[in-house]
Amino acid sequence: MALTRKKQRLVLIGVAGAVLASAVGLVLFAMSGEIALFKTPTDLATAGTPPGQRLRIGGLVKEGTVQRNDATVAFAVTDTVNDVKVTYKGLLPDLFREGQGVVAEGTLGADGVFAADTVLAKHDENYMPKEVVDSLKAQGVWEGDKEVSTTPASSTN
Amino acid sequence: MTAEIGHFALVLALALALVQSVVPIIGARRRDAALMAVAPAAALAQCALIGLSFAALTQAYVVSDFSIVNVVENSHSLKPMLYKVTGVWGNHEGSMLLWVLILAIFGAAVAAFGRNLPASLKANVLAVQGWVTVAFLAFILATSNPFLRLDPAPYEGRDLNPVLQDIGLAIHPPLLYLGYVGFSISFAFAIAALIEGRIDAAWARWVRPWTLAAWCFLTAGIAMGSYWAYYELGWGGWWFWDPVENASFMPWLAGTALLHSAVVMEKRNALKIWTVLLAILTFSLSLLGTFLVRSGVLTSVHAFATDPARGVFILVILCLFIGGGLTLFALRASTLTQGGVFAPISREGALVLNNIILTAACASVLVGTLYPLVLEGLTGEKISVGEPFFNLTFGPLMVPLLMAVPFGPYLAWKRGDLLAATQRLWFAFAAAIVTVAVVAYATSGGPILAILGVGLAAWLIVGAVSELVSRARFREVGFMVGLRRLAGLPRSTYGTTVAHAGLGMTLLGIVAVTSFQSETITVMKPGDTAAIGRYQITFDGTDRSRGPNYDQLVVHMTARQDGVVVAKLDPSKRFYTVRQMPTTEASIVTHGFSQLYLTLGDETGDGGIVVRMWDKPLVTLIWLGALVMMLGGGLSLSDRRLRVGAPKPARASAAPVAAE
Repeated sequence: MALTRKKQRLVLIGVAGAVLASAVGLVLFAMSGEIALFKTPTDLATAGTPPGQRLRIGGLVKEGTVQRNDATVAFAVTDTVNDVKVTYKGLLPDLFREGQGVVAEGTLGADGVFAADTVLAKHDENYMPKEVVDSLKAQGVWEGDKEVSTTPASSTN
Repeated sequence: MTAEIGHFALVLALALALVQSVVPIIGARRRDAALMAVAPAAALAQCALIGLSFAALTQAYVVSDFSIVNVVENSHSLKPMLYKVTGVWGNHEGSMLLWVLILAIFGAAVAAFGRNLPASLKANVLAVQGWVTVAFLAFILATSNPFLRLDPAPYEGRDLNPVLQDIGLAIHPPLLYLGYVGFSISFAFAIAALIEGRIDAAWARWVRPWTLAAWCFLTAGIAMGSYWAYYELGWGGWWFWDPVENASFMPWLAGTALLHSAVVMEKRNALKIWTVLLAILTFSLSLLGTFLVRSGVLTSVHAFATDPARGVFILVILCLFIGGGLTLFALRASTLTQGGVFAPISREGALVLNNIILTAACASVLVGTLYPLVLEGLTGEKISVGEPFFNLTFGPLMVPLLMAVPFGPYLAWKRGDLLAATQRLWFAFAAAIVTVAVVAYATSGGPILAILGVGLAAWLIVGAVSELVSRARFREVGFMVGLRRLAGLPRSTYGTTVAHAGLGMTLLGIVAVTSFQSETITVMKPGDTAAIGRYQITFDGTDRSRGPNYDQLVVHMTARQDGVVVAKLDPSKRFYTVRQMPTTEASIVTHGFSQLYLTLGDETGDGGIVVRMWDKPLVTLIWLGALVMMLGGGLSLSDRRLRVGAPKPARASAAPVAAE
């Protein structure tokens, strides 16, 4: 094969274009199905969310709803207006507490119960999942930048 | 008093860095040796001053000087001495100080060891290094001063985040910063080359060892961080595609590409413009990582206390360096000459394929990392991009690269013979096929992708080693002569083999643990036995005790295999009293390359406790493979060619060089 600069450039552009095109294709394909949308309990209660879609929900762990049954845990996530029941099999984070912020990722079942495969709580006493802070601010129950550790249930409108 | 000395030393270092970033460039323009000689002197003095400053902060931590805000917020007099010292960089301010200290050490290393560099290149490189130092010293002094005093001083500090009270903090951040910051040297060389408008194979020979060293540190730093998260967080995972992990992984991918393209440039004087661009991009990604971690745009284990002023400051630094670097590239790249021509099937062609795929993979990680931020900024919609996305994009992109890796070293420069290379790889191919058959039989037809993954790992490892064997040409020259030939091969050849085999080991560990691990979550009481994978675990009992700054509940367990005791495990839950924060300490037993991993959940009311158990086959290969890759880099770095240094520029200028 004659080694001309032009030919070399053509091959390079061809290979680079092919790899780039497959990368773009993969990214677009993954974006259509593998991205979790963030929803608050109110979003789930008002808008119809198709069961089986991957979601991330956030809010506070409702007081008095945490039930342990062997290694499975059931609790309700609330944004003080609406609640969602969540089930989770696994170890809860060390800082999982009633009345504290939590983010759960998983899918909504046909029965309206959210089956979580991941539960995230705070990493330390100063940290609150950002989505939860924003959603609480939207509900008007965010208590400034101090900890939201006291029960916010009284501010239900 | 020491705090004031530390602060003052930083201010002096900033003044010196300003001098270093201007004077040598003027010197290089005017060919004034005296002005150019300012650069190494300034770099060395600056390193000493920042070192003094760092020592002052360390001293404050060691003696628990609670009149300094930073010490109060991150230390406690009862904290063990190791964590008092590592606590220096377990917070935003201190870790920035470590960052610039490492930057200054690299600058001083160029000043001290770069004796054979042409004077003007050395002056320009150190000046660019000076710009980076100025930016980050200004950032520290303006927004993140670790030496702020507190009056009145409290009697006790607030302790370090318990998750950070671990030997991992002593190793992971320094290694990671050595990697991140090390790429600043490649960046400085690239910018200096653009300023001079001159670049040749000798340039690549100077840049390669620095890039290689930074890459080795970054590899080790990422592996160490992954293992630390694995055992400390108790989630049993080793990689979460967390944005901050991605922030360290992107420079690694770009740095790996840079490493390979610099080889083409050094050997064949080709891919010059691309190599310069990669050097700029690699350091840009390191800066992006610094921005993501410290600006508060992300929430993660790594995110430091958020302060909008810091985020904006780093964003400005980011824009100046990336924007400036790329603008200079756009203006000057055309002055660099094009290199030699090569056929698509050749060593160069293989390395170009490596570069294209690594860059595309890096871009897909970048999209997945930044897309949620951009989308939230534009529409307010919140999404989370996690493992499923990256598995679907990064995975398929890497497969063709991994398949191609063993071919690379078999192809000749300029024009290779794919058929001959395939014929010489028959043994590796046969080994991969046999591995696939054996694994399929042993797992009685397990997941097909996993079985093929193990085969791919075997292909990589055997393919890498067989290249060495075929270079020895045992069959033609006999065993003894073959051995002598083997011993005579350059170290960089061994480096390639070892690094590629390490890649195969990591892949093997990843595939094995992803597809063949067993996991159980169950409630156990004293006397109970549960089965996990190949083991039976018995709950022997619990006891409560006190550590230096925590209370703990320890659970004693015994692991048996067919009735024979193989290990005692004692996972625990700690409660750090000062921070009022609970943590879980997993208990891990290693046997061969596999691990048994136990961690505790909540106590149930009736004296039971939730226990999560994993039997993780070959999991340690993930990190051992990374260490082997690093070893390969180290071998390559010790190659005589790189130690002796570059050819004299006089020789290089015999080749066609761009007009200045």
